[in-house]
Amino acid sequence: MLKVEIDGREIEVPHGTTVMEAANRLGLYIPHFCYHRKLSIAANCRMCLVEIEKAPKPMPACATPVTDGMKVKTASPLAKQAQAAVMEFLLINHPLDCPICDQGGECQLQDLAVGYGPSASRYTEEKRVVLAKDLGPLVAAEEMSRCIQCTRCVRFGEEIAGVMELGMIGRGEHAEIVAFVGRAVESELSGNMIDLCPVGALTSKPFRYRARTWELSRRRSISPHDSVGANLVVQVKHNRVMRVLPLENEAVNECWLADRDRFSYEALEAPDRLTVPLVREGGAWREASWEEALARAAEGLRGGFGVLASPHATLEELFLAARLAAAPGCAGDFRLRRADFGGDALREGIPWLGLPIAELTALDRVLVVGAFLRKDQPLLAHRLRQAARRGAEIHVLHSVDDDWAMPVRGKRIVAPSALAAALPAFGEALAGGKNAAILLGNFAEQHPQAAALHAAAQALADATGARLGFLGEAANSVGGYLAGFPANGGLPAALAKDAFLLLNVEPPYDMADPQGAMAAIGRARFTVSLAMFRTDLGDVQLPIAPFTETAGAFVNTEGRLQSFHAAVRPAGEARPGWKVLRMLGTLLGLPGFEFASVEEVREACLAGRDVAALLSNRIAGAPPVAAAPAGIERIADVPIYFADPLVRRAPSLQKTRDARPPRAWMNARLMKALGVQEGARVRVRQGSGEALLAAALDERLPDDCVRIAAAHPTTAGLGPMFGTVALEPVAMRQVA
Amino acid sequence: MLSDEARKKIDREIAKYPPEHRRSAVMAALAIAQEEKGWLSTETMEYVARYLGMPPVAVYEVATFYGMYDLKPVGRYKLTLCTCLPCGLQGALEAADHLRARLGIDFGETTPDGRFTLKEGECMGACASAPVLLVNNKRMHDFMSKDRLDRLLEELK
Repeated sequence: MLKVEIDGREIEVPHGTTVMEAANRLGLYIPHFCYHRKLSIAANCRMCLVEIEKAPKPMPACATPVTDGMKVKTASPLAKQAQAAVMEFLLINHPLDCPICDQGGECQLQDLAVGYGPSASRYTEEKRVVLAKDLGPLVAAEEMSRCIQCTRCVRFGEEIAGVMELGMIGRGEHAEIVAFVGRAVESELSGNMIDLCPVGALTSKPFRYRARTWELSRRRSISPHDSVGANLVVQVKHNRVMRVLPLENEAVNECWLADRDRFSYEALEAPDRLTVPLVREGGAWREASWEEALARAAEGLRGGFGVLASPHATLEELFLAARLAAAPGCAGDFRLRRADFGGDALREGIPWLGLPIAELTALDRVLVVGAFLRKDQPLLAHRLRQAARRGAEIHVLHSVDDDWAMPVRGKRIVAPSALAAALPAFGEALAGGKNAAILLGNFAEQHPQAAALHAAAQALADATGARLGFLGEAANSVGGYLAGFPANGGLPAALAKDAFLLLNVEPPYDMADPQGAMAAIGRARFTVSLAMFRTDLGDVQLPIAPFTETAGAFVNTEGRLQSFHAAVRPAGEARPGWKVLRMLGTLLGLPGFEFASVEEVREACLAGRDVAALLSNRIAGAPPVAAAPAGIERIADVPIYFADPLVRRAPSLQKTRDARPPRAWMNARLMKALGVQEGARVRVRQGSGEALLAAALDERLPDDCVRIAAAHPTTAGLGPMFGTVALEPVAMRQVA
Repeated sequence: MLSDEARKKIDREIAKYPPEHRRSAVMAALAIAQEEKGWLSTETMEYVARYLGMPPVAVYEVATFYGMYDLKPVGRYKLTLCTCLPCGLQGALEAADHLRARLGIDFGETTPDGRFTLKEGECMGACASAPVLLVNNKRMHDFMSKDRLDRLLEELK
């Protein structure tokens, strides 16, 4: 330990601590721009110059390690003079037009200029001009003259996002931040650059000039998308959600957000928001009162129904939906993209991550099985990326070889049907670690042999001493089990019913087998849809509130229950989902729906149980591995911006590269066998449905496999996400 | 993209560094690529980036930082005149005016016949012989009075 005195106060800090960190620990603020505790040290803004006794000149606090007996003065005349001089230099080329800058009011440069700068500029010469850049649909780089070259955005790309998409070109006065010629910023974490930028150079494209920071009220919330449960600050003006920013929580999302969490709020004002109850009459939809619509729904549901509930619904909604599904003659599930439920009878608890999210960084050997990790759980990918940067060996077993923007030590890319058999090959790699984990991703959970994969992964974990975990498909993947799903036989039983209750589900996109689900709903005598957006399915539509308009809770993949309150009032006549489900339960004459508040529902759901004690990834027994199907196997991913009803309607996210329509990806051998060229049309047949897609080349795919994304209108007519498909080239004439 | 010979040269440079630091060879690789291609196009930089396993924008950073890399096609003779302080005090600005007038082009431009490109350079570490001028990144000329500039231009014609 080293003793250091800062501004007359003493503190003991470990070796390697910088003056900045020591000062922060004392609660002292040293002005800075380029320093960020999550990024490497650049020391190029020079704003944090402080006086250090016996040093000949002021030193940057962020890059100066503490030595024993060091005496630091952060606000001595020398330090203040140095800081003022740096501020004057920074402002030489910075436009002094804060009133027209989007960052005005939440700008570090503005704040520090008030605190450390002169009241007027001495500089009368011309300022440099830097041209605007087009960095894509999310990050605006319209006013690059405002850039002070702190390089936080560049370091973020390299160190956190794992892809260096921005760089600083040129030198001295000509230095500027650019993407490589003709490229945009495409990382799924790119929005964080907006938060990191201390000035108005990088701003949010969707939010630009829509509100001033001081006009916004701030509400805490939880992201309803992936299984991380990122903590949010929802910023509101005139009862409208204007912007979403991260709420710092070291244990969950640190200070980061995935773009999906940050920009999905745009969908709240989508033109097809459902704001009044609708009933079908003579084939057409008609607006109805809540009384009428609820009475129609209850009447139609009488006699048993299947409940299909979204894993993005709140814990309270899921609890009441599960209570409905548990009624006699009913059934229900929330794992709508699953195909294999053989594990339900064998598992010993609720599947979860297997360790706290924050501990992912400390792992030294990781095997990730069947995961589109970077797109499905961007912030878990970031944690593993940090582990890899510290020297952890990441191994991958999957059916596609996407770039995870992190060093991967070993990988095996095999057909979906060969995943389970390939698992044992990683025994040696895992055994070498002291803190190893096997993580099963969405692809493994949605696999038709999910239980066999689970059992094989457990056997490998037992043999190597590794921990076993599931990355988790959605915000409430753990919460759904806690709420009481699966009920009365789960998804297969629910789909066999002749009436349906859909909770926030869009069957063409959210189901493991859209074809089968659509057929079941088509045959049904009655369907009621509780949703945020209009649909053309069913007989009654009841508008329910999205996460910003209702109170509730999500239980994330590490078993952390996080509750939130409404940020704004529900749009139109929309009501919180739990209230609608409560009414339905009461109207159906079922017991156990008398709740006065969302907290009461939550208490009833938890029933005093300790969530942590219910979590277990053990599976008893090993279901046999089925033989590989003959034919071309489909590999279906759920692209990040098609995964749930909100992101599908977020206009800015839909303009990104990740939101491109699906193509039929295959390797050159399959292309040759089919006789198609890249870009040519192929007809994909699966079950009774088909899709016309452009063929695309991915040399890293296994033989006799075709990658066709699910959850998109062009592929919604196809059958299960796994299984075999028939491919045939389409003559050019037929396409036109 | 690059010839086998150029790639062999780059491989020699890569071998000078530990295998996990391939990207350390970026400056040499860019110089070799420029020698072969005459200048560094976007495609050339991308090729070098792929070859060294580094992000294209990181190659772009290096290529724009150093004055000897040309990101636009240059004439047969690239004249880089130092205009830093010592050269400036010794008449580099007059030399610049003279070159501009004789060639009819400004800094950063190329004569229409594709013979000369004029570039403004930074200190070349030969201030005792100021003003200095570099031809095609290789040949240094010193004490560049108008006479000596005229003679150089004649020689290169």
